[in-house]
Amino acid sequence: MKLAYSIAKRFLISGKFQTFMIVLGIAIGVSVQVFIGSLISGLQKSLVDKTIGSSSQITIVSASPLSFISDYDEKIATIKSLDQPIDAIAPALEASGSLVKNMIENPVLIRGFDLTAAEEIYGFNEKLLLGGSLPDATGEIVVGIGLRDSLDLSIGDTISFGSETLASTSLEIVGFMDFNVLQLNSLWGIATLETMQGIIGIGNQISKIEMQVSDVFAADEIDFAIMTALNDDSLESQNWKAQNAELLSGLQGQSISSIMIQVFVMISVVLAIASVLAITVMQKSKQIGILKAMGIQDQDASLVFLFEGLILGLFGAVAGVLLGLGLSYAFTTFAVNDLGEPVVPLYIDFGFIALSALIAILASAGAALIPARKSAKLSVIEVIRNA
Amino acid sequence: MPNVIELNQINKIYGEKSKFPTQVLFDINLTFAEGSFSSIIGQSGSGKSTLLNLLGTLDKPSSGVIKINGIETQKMTAKSLSTLRNETIGFIFQFHYLLPEFTAIENVLLPYKISKKPLTDDIIKRAEELLDIVGLTKVKNNLSINMSGGQQQRVAIARSLMNQPKIVLADEPTGNLDSDSTEQIYNLLREINQKLGTTFIIITHDRHIAEKADRIIEIKDGKIFMDVQKNE
Repeated sequence: MKLAYSIAKRFLISGKFQTFMIVLGIAIGVSVQVFIGSLISGLQKSLVDKTIGSSSQITIVSASPLSFISDYDEKIATIKSLDQPIDAIAPALEASGSLVKNMIENPVLIRGFDLTAAEEIYGFNEKLLLGGSLPDATGEIVVGIGLRDSLDLSIGDTISFGSETLASTSLEIVGFMDFNVLQLNSLWGIATLETMQGIIGIGNQISKIEMQVSDVFAADEIDFAIMTALNDDSLESQNWKAQNAELLSGLQGQSISSIMIQVFVMISVVLAIASVLAITVMQKSKQIGILKAMGIQDQDASLVFLFEGLILGLFGAVAGVLLGLGLSYAFTTFAVNDLGEPVVPLYIDFGFIALSALIAILASAGAALIPARKSAKLSVIEVIRNA
Repeated sequence: MPNVIELNQINKIYGEKSKFPTQVLFDINLTFAEGSFSSIIGQSGSGKSTLLNLLGTLDKPSSGVIKINGIETQKMTAKSLSTLRNETIGFIFQFHYLLPEFTAIENVLLPYKISKKPLTDDIIKRAEELLDIVGLTKVKNNLSINMSGGQQQRVAIARSLMNQPKIVLADEPTGNLDSDSTEQIYNLLREINQKLGTTFIIITHDRHIAEKADRIIEIKDGKIFMDVQKNE
């Protein structure tokens, strides 16, 4: 082993330029792998974050549209006690109707929350415009900027809310929010749970339990586990995966294409290493012949090339990871939008990078198997007679 | 003295399966006694290098039996043949065949390293002594590629003696050397032969050199044409 390693090392050092070029070849392959992988997973994460990052991913509602969920604290406690990756859980009670000011009427969906719990899902504080505050007391409301514009509202205004089934109630505007979605801006109002319970007059009941999970792609499985644990026929659940089939298939398509790209990059790297190492065996056949004449075992003669593959793979992988990270850094620094934010945020997953490096090393060693076999089979007499 | 090598009815045909096979050796019978110093002469193409390759187990005969240390080499596995070459046989090739990536002393040490025995100070000292004997102490750390042909040949001689083999097979070992160096090398080989009892079989085309050996075997057209034992 030691002998084969020292011969491999010496062969590589003696052909510095060739060694450098091979390492560079592997490094470029690995760096493309790291960069594309980080880019695509970053793209995916940002897409997921933008589309479902600030909304409920699993929602539990009453099975009958006219009834509400009672004893919700107990149910939330049951869900929290489950060993599931649930990041946030919040009760909600909503009602639709109209907001009226100066005879102008605008449809609205007022969502009542336990605002501390809902903050983790919706990030209301970030969306609140300067000067306003979140609803704190009963009768306070925050509305979207669309509603503000169409009803010409300002902080401190009192407006009335009502619907066909709900009596008219006066609410005080305490702030405005930009939800970053046009439709929500002109439809949503946010109030406390108590405000809504008062308006609807149902006591301590809610209409929804909303949740976010850390592994969004497992939302359906978590959903199933929760419903099994609750074991309550009066409840129904919805998860984002069931509701966004198209988005999901888009994301899956992206994942698959990312894997395809990576597989092809890997194949080309493996082929390149295999062919270069095969040429090296030809170049070094005289040396291998001499070593065999001196009694080196076939196995050790093979090991020389396996070690060459391993060493090249190791250096190539390390250089490739550095190059890939450098490329990613350059991309996030120079490819930015008007706000100075990266066009596509990269997601650096060290597990993935380590895996790419490991694959490159194993692929290099694997690619060296062919030349290693060739080396073992090399006949001394052929080398000596053809010298 | 017992025989260290025995050749019995050796034939060698190249391209046996081709349309035009060429027979290079015909029914060769030879024995070499332990500690003997023999030379093989013959014109180029006479089959002497082929014979040496067979003696060194680098090639296999088409028919016949070769015994080294009393063991039939055809019956040995590739692995035990490698071990035999490493421990029992030292080669000095016509084109010296050093590893250009290694220094002179590293080349000398290679046969020992191949044996995978632990490298001790005594072993390094032996390698240095061998380089001293062939007059290369000053250039021992030079890469072999940076040495002259004569120097390389002398490194190859030192290398062949590294594992203190029982047999040294040499193919025109002084082919690239001037007459003074040639004389020196032969005296050196003779000295080792007498001191350590190493068996030497040397191919040469130079009759003058051949005559320094105890036994001269002349090969002609693949057959033994002459086999003369000199009396001391």
